[in-house]
Amino acid sequence: MGDLREHLLSRARADLLPWTDQQAAAKAYGVTVCQVEEAALEAGLLPARYQRNRKTLSTEDQLKLFRSTVAVVGCGGLGGYIIEELARLGVGRLKAIDPDVFEEHNLNRQLMSTVAGLGRPKVEAASERVAEINPAVEIIALRDRFCRENGKSLLSGAHVTVDALDNITTRLELADVCAYLGIPLVHGSIAGWYGQVVSQFPGEGTLQTIYGRCADGVGVEKQLGNPSYTPAVVASLQVAEVCKILLGRGTPVAGAMLVINLLDMEFSKFKIRC
Amino acid sequence: MRVIVKLFATLREDRFTVDTLEFKAGTTVADVVRHLSIPEKEAALTLVNSRHVDLSAELTDGDTLSIFPPVGGG
Repeated sequence: MGDLREHLLSRARADLLPWTDQQAAAKAYGVTVCQVEEAALEAGLLPARYQRNRKTLSTEDQLKLFRSTVAVVGCGGLGGYIIEELARLGVGRLKAIDPDVFEEHNLNRQLMSTVAGLGRPKVEAASERVAEINPAVEIIALRDRFCRENGKSLLSGAHVTVDALDNITTRLELADVCAYLGIPLVHGSIAGWYGQVVSQFPGEGTLQTIYGRCADGVGVEKQLGNPSYTPAVVASLQVAEVCKILLGRGTPVAGAMLVINLLDMEFSKFKIRC
Repeated sequence: MRVIVKLFATLREDRFTVDTLEFKAGTTVADVVRHLSIPEKEAALTLVNSRHVDLSAELTDGDTLSIFPPVGGG
């Protein structure tokens, strides 16, 4: 690998490594583009695809993101955008978890859904999309329904878990499993014009408090449905939270709930004292 | 006594965003929810002065009660 480092340093323009050189180096050295990406970042080189990140994220930050694993539970409205943004951000390893196939009523909002892809597993479409947009990101497709029993194995190795589920009952199980495993959880949920975001660290019970009275597991989304813009907004807020947690930067929405109202265009943060 | 009531998301429809309402002493959160004709399951989260409270909590003069519906889609 010493040679690879020298080779990459010789190919770099300033400190940027173009994709064609990343690809060629993988072929020449018999390694994956993921391995080349890590070697480049370790050598202080930035894969050129990330050059517009660099005023916000340093090369060291990109290396940290590359060495991170994020589990996305649910690959529908929220999950599709979340996977897309995490892959473009350069998070090195994604676990995409969802049991379902695309149906026609997903087409109004789910980023990975296409007419040709109706009937295909959502995690399969997510894998293909990530391979198209950032082949240096490893995506593990887990076509499974998250529950308390399989949760530990589905989330194993994750540094952060993202809640992109579509029901409250499973969310509370996810919160329990994350607490047990000591993994921070970035919660998002949507209904019509409305949404909410919470980052929950092990030992906190914000989600259990918010949903404590929702015994039947159903929210107002059953009456309102979800239009195209709400999942895109909430998913982006969740990805910003993931990025901050992975890098230890900024102030996550912890011990609090961010409430989003796109109809009146209000973003309000409430402390949730359990 | 006077209580400031703030409603969120769908609970605003045919009601209000924020209003100051007059109640008799001893009024509970559940009483206010009923007074506003909000089905109990739609008052998923209730905060009094930013602190989470049960429906049985009694209100006092000057309290701010915020009521949120359950939002659970993805």
